[in-house]
Amino acid sequence: MVAVRPRRLLWRLAEVVEVVPETSRTKSLVLEVPGWEGHKAGQHVDVRLTAEDGYQAQRSYSIASAPEDEKLVLTVDRLDDGEVSPYLTDVLMAADKLELRGPIGGYFAWEAEDGGPLLLIAGGSGVVPLMAMIRHRAAVGSDLPTRLLYSSRSYEEIIYREELENLTVRDGSLEVIHTLTRSRPEGWSGYHRRIDAEMLAEVAWPPDESPLAFVCGPTPLVEAAGAALVGLGHDPARVKTERFGATGG
Amino acid sequence: MEKLRLDGNAAAGTLGEVFSFEVTTAEYACGGCGRTDRLGGAMVYEVRGLGTIVRCPSCDNSLIRLAHNRGRYWMDLRGMRYLQAEDVAG
Repeated sequence: MVAVRPRRLLWRLAEVVEVVPETSRTKSLVLEVPGWEGHKAGQHVDVRLTAEDGYQAQRSYSIASAPEDEKLVLTVDRLDDGEVSPYLTDVLMAADKLELRGPIGGYFAWEAEDGGPLLLIAGGSGVVPLMAMIRHRAAVGSDLPTRLLYSSRSYEEIIYREELENLTVRDGSLEVIHTLTRSRPEGWSGYHRRIDAEMLAEVAWPPDESPLAFVCGPTPLVEAAGAALVGLGHDPARVKTERFGATGG
Repeated sequence: MEKLRLDGNAAAGTLGEVFSFEVTTAEYACGGCGRTDRLGGAMVYEVRGLGTIVRCPSCDNSLIRLAHNRGRYWMDLRGMRYLQAEDVAG
């Protein structure tokens, strides 16, 4: 009989190597995590903060880095009334310590050998776990047809904008389609409304090509996009969703 | 009372404190409406100081209620007909 190794997650103390601003509201935390055993693109970690009086607050943050990357990167969206995210984006500095456990989650995860075509649908910071998939795909040199449909409030709030542009220039099998829901720059010729069934019908591969879809963002976006894909005839088993809470933070 | 609305993915760390299998890909059958789905796709509410409630996205029935109090975990699993998980060891 083979002994089953307990896989209970341990809290680890990570060290912040660098804090990189992405947009006015989001920052990437580059972390060194002693004992880290690797992750799959799409997984997340739990971060725990402990106040001086012992009160603890815990939140989940998606991993932005590819499994192949040397450091673990989390991209955190600042929620003004949040309990945890303002500390991570505004207070935390290089050399600070941060308590975390992970990697967590096997459902919303993708490895290059899972195939595709890969249809990624993001709202706001929901792009973070999908970016880990895009970075993983690039790191292993995959040319799997991949489309990212990414909804942001404004051009300035597009996270990873330059990196995505550079990747699509280098890699013809990766397409990035933006939609801007609140404001758009002059001369913007792209989509400028919330993601809906009509947009998905235009962007997604037809159901008979059975794309593998990952949808991540605020709950209303995820529910609308997930329902629209199934309504268009996509297999619900190939539409994976991850929602953000309305009062997360 | 602060209540966090999450999904089964975000609660996987907390549920992983009591379940040794991968919870997000485990399949449940709802005791309320019979829906079968993966826990990663279920709705989860975390109530500060009380615990975690996993609810069926179709009928809102509570599938799992988990609390941690004075060094003990309390689990109420009555809301599920079954929970089926992958055996990664075998």
